Amino acid sequence: MAEIDRSLLGVWGPDTTMRVEAGKIREFARAVKDPNPAYLADDGALAPPTFLMTIAHWMRDLGETRSAVKLDYRRLLHGEQEFEYVRPIRAGDVLRFRSRTRDVFEKQGRRGGTMTFIIGETEFRNQHGEVVAYMRNTAIETADAVKE
Amino acid sequence: MSEGGSERFAEGAAIPPFVVENLTRTDLVRYAGASGDFNPIHHDEPFARAAGNPTVFGHGMLTAGLVAKCITDFVGAGNLRRYKVRFATRVWPGDTITCAGRVTRRYEDAGETRIDGEVTATTQRGETAVTGTFSAAVTAA
Repeated sequence: MAEIDRSLLGVWGPDTTMRVEAGKIREFARAVKDPNPAYLADDGALAPPTFLMTIAHWMRDLGETRSAVKLDYRRLLHGEQEFEYVRPIRAGDVLRFRSRTRDVFEKQGRRGGTMTFIIGETEFRNQHGEVVAYMRNTAIETADAVKE
Repeated sequence: MSEGGSERFAEGAAIPPFVVENLTRTDLVRYAGASGDFNPIHHDEPFARAAGNPTVFGHGMLTAGLVAKCITDFVGAGNLRRYKVRFATRVWPGDTITCAGRVTRRYEDAGETRIDGEVTATTQRGETAVTGTFSAAVTAA
């Protein structure tokens, strides 16, 4: 069973910087097989829709994110991922992001055992202080080790 | 489509498929580096086998990225307002992934014409790897 600290639900973690770089946008666009010229522009290249996944390069140690849930990664599934796009994100932007656990709830699995659903949310602001995007994910901790 | 926009984005309109043939291990490694997701289950064969898998398998978000290309080829880069994916089954090296979808709703919101749509990524085995929904701004012709 997941260890849940309900006092941390909804509490934002610390701000972290994420620099949006033209080379990284190109690399990411190529990785998702998308040669759209908007992503390859010399100036102000646009970030592709799932580019914010590159946050992994900027995140600090998990211990610093004040997650409300202690997760067992051997039993963790990525259930859903959602992006809300508020303003364009372009090469040269300096984003500040912060994360929180929005909700945690349990459901009975079809094959028995309790599944814990953890809804996380990350807010991104640009160098002008404007919100540019929200990223939300649903992680599922299964009762047993993940099997096919 | 003589008038362009209005029929293209009509409710029920099909989103042209984007097909990736023969997904390779190199594709998985490239996505790992680009995204920063270095879970070894996606590139380290002995690790993946020890965890009970026949081989390495693709990042769910790689497939979601391919589906996003399918959508933005249709609505234009920079026009997505929301995109949500659910991961169903896994994709393996050698798989052919077909991304496709359809428009489910057309409406006005926040001063722009928008559409909602649903999308899927399916493998050559007919399995659904990813399902998704999106909202996008479209230029009504």
